[in-house]
Amino acid sequence: MNSTWDWGFVAQIMPRLLQGLVLTVEVTVLGSILAYILGLVFALVRLSRIPVLSQAVWLFVEFVRSTPLLVQLYFLYFEAPAIGIRLSSMLVGVFGVGIHYATYTSEVYRAGIEGVPIGQWEAATALNLPRGRVWRSVILPQAIPRVLPALGNYTISMFKETPLLLTVGIVELVGQAQQVGSENYRYTEPYTMAGVLFLILSYPCSIAVRRLERRVRKT
Amino acid sequence: MSDNFSHFVSVLLNGLVPTVELTVGGIVLAIVMSFLMGLGGRSRWWIVRLVVRIYVEGWRGTSELVQLFWIYFVVPLLIGFQIVPLWAGIIVLGLNHGAYGAEIVRGAVASVPKEQWEGALALNLTPYQRMRRVILPQALLEMLPPFNTLFIQLLKATSLVSLINVSEITYDGKDILIANYSADKGLILFMMLVLYLIISVVITWIIRFLERVTAAHLGRRPISRSSRRAGALEGMG
Repeated sequence: MNSTWDWGFVAQIMPRLLQGLVLTVEVTVLGSILAYILGLVFALVRLSRIPVLSQAVWLFVEFVRSTPLLVQLYFLYFEAPAIGIRLSSMLVGVFGVGIHYATYTSEVYRAGIEGVPIGQWEAATALNLPRGRVWRSVILPQAIPRVLPALGNYTISMFKETPLLLTVGIVELVGQAQQVGSENYRYTEPYTMAGVLFLILSYPCSIAVRRLERRVRKT
Repeated sequence: MSDNFSHFVSVLLNGLVPTVELTVGGIVLAIVMSFLMGLGGRSRWWIVRLVVRIYVEGWRGTSELVQLFWIYFVVPLLIGFQIVPLWAGIIVLGLNHGAYGAEIVRGAVASVPKEQWEGALALNLTPYQRMRRVILPQALLEMLPPFNTLFIQLLKATSLVSLINVSEITYDGKDILIANYSADKGLILFMMLVLYLIISVVITWIIRFLERVTAAHLGRRPISRSSRRAGALEGMG
């Protein structure tokens, strides 16, 4: 095997790597949307102190947060058919990362909601606003902007964790790199370029999040 | 079913050994890199700061699985010999999480109040004494809660090493047990998850204990749970 760098080979594999990258980005976007929504639901259920349900959600969140995403993906992949749900690889991937990251974002939302000054609650009560209205018009509009940078950071981490999905049959960026590598018996260029593509996309995003962080802190 | 269960337990406990080796090895390397790079980021020389920036952004900006495959499949071609999979795992886990840890150390050192630096200066302490006796003991208490989160991330990431065939919990569960007892795969996967949960609870206990010791050292109370939660807003990434 020739270990030196071959730019011709890089040019030859780029289309397939980019094709994988598109899939990576798709999963990240869909997974993030699920994580943002489900995380808020988890946070609200826990804060609402509904007996049994709140504790059950707490237990679920702690369990999922403390165990590896990879094993959870295997669980969805192998066990969903056993209970009669047929999920495509793509859905296993989106649900897997989405649910896993929802347990992180629920903590973020909770911190954001608890950070809203108590006076806001009191004022809403004094105005006799209905409970749903308090959440929608007073608390969440103040909590959400403060949590945006943290949510952005989690999307970036999710982006970097999507390669795990190659284990459940989604040929995303690293899956493509693996395939072209084994077809040509050359791994140096595919894996290096996969790393470079990750960096090219995630570094500007993390700079943007940092800027957003600074702006949020000022207000 | 019941003798299967004891068989599953014994196979998974075999996998526990490499998982613990990866976790402990990774944590040790991550701590070394965190302090080296976290304190190096404050260096007077721009070249040292540049090296730190490249390390931190490079390891945080790419995917951990890519790093693992790169170290395991590509680096041997460059250096001419194969790396033992377990060591490849420890190196990647340590270097990757060390990059996140460096930011934790940097932030904690920067958060020590200015008066403490001035006081140390007034007492004519050398820069080494100032760091070792005044700043770090206080910064350490700030670092422990985020390090707890980081080490649990590291534990969870040890499962990736199954993909380069280290026979730890995930590999044993999926490639040995599920391959042979596919009827019980739900049970096997659940047992694997519970094992990881137990290790992460142990990590949290150890860090809580260290928090109490460090706080007592400073004559303070441990950080309260509510202020710990406020840290969630910073997220990971």
